[in-house]
Amino acid sequence: MKLNRRLFLGTAAAATASLSAPMVMGGSHSRPRVVVIGGGAGGATAARYINKDSKGEIDVTLIEPTRRYYTCFFSNLYLGGFREMESLGHGYGSMASQGVNVVHDWAVGIDRDAKTVALAGGGSVPYDKLILSPGIDFMDGAVPGWSLASQNAMPHAYKAGSQTELLKAQIAAMPQGGTFALVAPPNPFRCPPGPYERISMVAHNLKANNPTAKILVLDPKPKFSKQALFEEGWANHYDGMIERIGPDFGGDAVEVRPDAMEVVVDGEVEKVDVCNVIPAMKAGRVCDMAEVTDGRWAPVNAADMSSKMDDSIHILGDASAQGDMPKSGFSANSQAKVCAMAVRGALTDSKVFPAKFSNTCWSLIDTDDGIKVGATYEATDEKIAKVDGFISKTGEDADLRRATYEESVGWYSGITADMMG
Amino acid sequence: MLRMLRHSFVALTLIAGPVMAADEIGDAERGAELYKECKSCHQVGAGAKNRVGPQLNGIFGRQAASMEKFRYSKSLKRAGNDGLIWDLEKLSAYIENPKAFASDTRMNYKGMKRVGDRNDLLAFLRVYSDNPQDIPEAQPTARALSHDIDPTILTIVGDPEYGEYLSSECLTCHRADGTTEGIPSITLWPEEDFVVAMHAYKRKLRPHPVMQMLAGRLNNEEIAALAAYFSLLEE
Ligand SMILES: Cc1cc2nc3c(=O)[nH]c(=O)nc-3n(C[C@H](O)[C@H](O)[C@H](O)COP(=O)(O)OP(=O)(O)OC[C@H]3O[C@@H](n4cnc5c(N)ncnc54)[C@H](O)[C@@H]3O)c2cc1C
Repeated sequence: MKLNRRLFLGTAAAATASLSAPMVMGGSHSRPRVVVIGGGAGGATAARYINKDSKGEIDVTLIEPTRRYYTCFFSNLYLGGFREMESLGHGYGSMASQGVNVVHDWAVGIDRDAKTVALAGGGSVPYDKLILSPGIDFMDGAVPGWSLASQNAMPHAYKAGSQTELLKAQIAAMPQGGTFALVAPPNPFRCPPGPYERISMVAHNLKANNPTAKILVLDPKPKFSKQALFEEGWANHYDGMIERIGPDFGGDAVEVRPDAMEVVVDGEVEKVDVCNVIPAMKAGRVCDMAEVTDGRWAPVNAADMSSKMDDSIHILGDASAQGDMPKSGFSANSQAKVCAMAVRGALTDSKVFPAKFSNTCWSLIDTDDGIKVGATYEATDEKIAKVDGFISKTGEDADLRRATYEESVGWYSGITADMMG
Repeated sequence: MLRMLRHSFVALTLIAGPVMAADEIGDAERGAELYKECKSCHQVGAGAKNRVGPQLNGIFGRQAASMEKFRYSKSLKRAGNDGLIWDLEKLSAYIENPKAFASDTRMNYKGMKRVGDRNDLLAFLRVYSDNPQDIPEAQPTARALSHDIDPTILTIVGDPEYGEYLSSECLTCHRADGTTEGIPSITLWPEEDFVVAMHAYKRKLRPHPVMQMLAGRLNNEEIAALAAYFSLLEE
């Protein structure tokens, strides 16, 4: 389409100014092509930065099936009643108007020899550099009794949108004094504090609407992110509501029965009203199609996020195995900028500076009670390595916690603007 | 109620006679205390210069957004073009809620809610609107920040191209368009203020842990590069 229009323009121009035609055509043929699969935290940022910084020298195509990206970040706040679902949705119009070709379709195959991506809707897109940022998929059979087919009875709500809405509706429909169960995933997984922020937000919701309800957390991990901070907050705000069963008491051997709404922990059957199953995760399937995974994730070189198996492919965000960074939207956004600079450097000889990465994850425990953890990272030969970090402290005063929450709201606006333009 | 009455009285007299002495507005001494909140961005007094915010000598009677060489927000520029002159009433409304007065203002200030406070603060500023050069304090009342960093650091010329790359890390939280929401704007900060602030984080003099961490790993050239970039950033 684009080529045709350019040809037409070229010919039209030729009629009046014969010199301009070949220049226009030549330009459009030789532009290097970057294809990005997945328009989330990593992919949208990469597409936007490459397009913006290359000032038209690189042809950027973003392949993303959904027209509106609903962020997982802040989706727990939706469960707590702090955000509307609509405020979590972001379109691609701005990026498209800045020159990114946004193709709303699924990538269904990658031919690494021919350097093409096949689309579900037919046709294929050629690339010089391919960037994969497909997020996560769930491991089959990770929680006995659960499969994707049970996601309506027992939602994961770990990809935001209709799943999150379903979970919230199920919480609203719980009988008074009912039980909300959450099956937490093993490491590594998307957003290490995510399940625990979720527990906080569900507790906030229940405290207002169903104060005698109980929350049962089944956790295969002995420890979790910001544990001391969450546990202090739960004791302060939701005393007696939350019970967590770790691996020492069978949290690592949980079976679920979606039809009967039961969970089986260490042989004991428990009837529950809502069951949020967050299964073990792996790189989004398209990474398997590209054959760039080793086990569950796709290993990358830290300096430029290129695949260890194919230097024309870069992998960002949750799908990548990069070293020390947690799988977060902030990390994906940070990695995307390093990758964008490296890809631009490789295709147009722009300057490449040493990679710097950073991450901060905010979590909300209750109204105006925000906490955060963060770190900086650099690229070593072996991995993305942590340089320095910080974490909120227990016992902080209310003003600081409120400021931390307000900061997270600012961060949300900042990162979504940074991703989508 | 009383406060309200006094406020409307003040506004009325202002319309009647455009020039009001400081002591008719409020308690300038108390205002000097309140002004400490403004000092990190604004200077006033002899030798005051534009910093993050414009210098405030002669603010009473000045046309909005009229200081040359200062980059104002679009709404303040528009207001100035439409003939807005800063008087007691306008300044008071602006300080009460800056964003309500000028939606895209770069003044990152949540607002001063109490009319008594505003009157005292404005009484203080009013003093600097007649003949600032005659005012006894030789030093401006506000220097951006203490300059106890090695002066050679301030002479480093930053590479804006490097700054552009480094800035992508800042822009995850700080909005390029200068919007503020829980996180302050750093767009169009004067280079020197930027460098001083970043070094204060690096040395853990300023308290914020994210900023201490991020500044902590930037070297002097990198900080200069960022300062150069943000001082030039277009909206
Ligand atoms: C409840 C929850 C709370 C969270 N809170 C935070 C937080 O506070 N802060 C934070 O930083 N992070 C948070 N996260 C983590 C964050 O959402 C992820 O780490 C981040 O989205 C990862 O970005 P990504 O680009 O790897 O994947 P995603 O953002 O998931 O984007 C992947 C995109 O790829 C598309 N895609 C997948 N397969 C294909 C295909 N074959 N073809 C085309 N497109 C495809 C998908 O449609 C999707 O839009 C949270 C996550 C959850 C679940």
